[in-house]
Amino acid sequence: MTADVPTHLDGNAAAGALSEVFAVDLTAATGRCNGCGHTGVFAEARLYADAPGLVARCPGCEDVLLRVVTTPTDTYVDLRGLTYLRVPNA
Amino acid sequence: MERTAVRRRLTWQAGTVTEIREETATARTIVLDLPDWPGHLAGQHLDVRLTAPDGYRASRSYSIASAWTGTTVELTVEQVPDGEVSSYLVGVLGVGDQLEVRGPVGGWFVWRPESTGPIQLIGGGSGVVPLMAMLRQHAHASSTAPARLLYSVRRATSVIYREDLKTLAASDDVDLTFVYTREAPPGEPRVGRIDAELLAAKAFAPSDELTTYVCGPTPFVETVADLLVAAGHDPARVRTERFGPTGGPR
Repeated sequence: MTADVPTHLDGNAAAGALSEVFAVDLTAATGRCNGCGHTGVFAEARLYADAPGLVARCPGCEDVLLRVVTTPTDTYVDLRGLTYLRVPNA
Repeated sequence: MERTAVRRRLTWQAGTVTEIREETATARTIVLDLPDWPGHLAGQHLDVRLTAPDGYRASRSYSIASAWTGTTVELTVEQVPDGEVSSYLVGVLGVGDQLEVRGPVGGWFVWRPESTGPIQLIGGGSGVVPLMAMLRQHAHASSTAPARLLYSVRRATSVIYREDLKTLAASDDVDLTFVYTREAPPGEPRVGRIDAELLAAKAFAPSDELTTYVCGPTPFVETVADLLVAAGHDPARVRTERFGPTGGPR
């Protein structure tokens, strides 16, 4: 693997893991990065799936937006990098 | 019914493989009967989970290839080198086997048949899979939304859904362009990746009605999305889905 081959996917690939925890689809939600203020659809975040668990990073500043780690007994969701998530009302 | 009234946590369900179709030397379509499947939108995906006898588990996300017509769900899986899940799905899984899945998931990279604006689909390799679901949904719903598919493949033998695409492209509302990146069949002079000139000639021009869907390996998606934005497309109207060697939809 070389540095110029991107290893990330995007937020779409986190849909399954997030659906274990959330009742609404978060990939279509709009999120604001707590680091740089970039606002965008979560599906467009950079997703690193080769880490332990899933790590979503801001496409603007690369700060961590969200982490999801599933163990045999529990799922951990770390949302500290998001100022907010905006979900349309059904 | 209580089961539908109470929103359940999405969890794993077992399906049975009812048919397998070899699409190319490295890709096959797996048809699944899923008794508890609630239906899906074109472009959504599902997660497949394999469990080894020692309890080790691996899951991957795959785009759904079929439009929901009330019966089965189809996946098309491309074998990736050393892929621990795709190797099993492409090389071992057989008709009658059980497969554990979770879905449908994803609400962004989807096309709804009630939308009437033109759709531009741009796929690289097996990135065509969710775009095929959209074209199938388009046909199933008798949509008259103008649709164009730009399908980038290495060579003619890499084309997935060759016959189905030919049938779909017979519709007045659907236009199909192959882009050959390594070797073109006789009569196709152009060999090379998608570039600005090709997009200008073959893709819909930017408009407020147009939605563009780009799916493929990450470098393909980033390149095409950048070309589209440079050509004047509103980034908010360009939806992207990337896949790669681990974990992502493909």
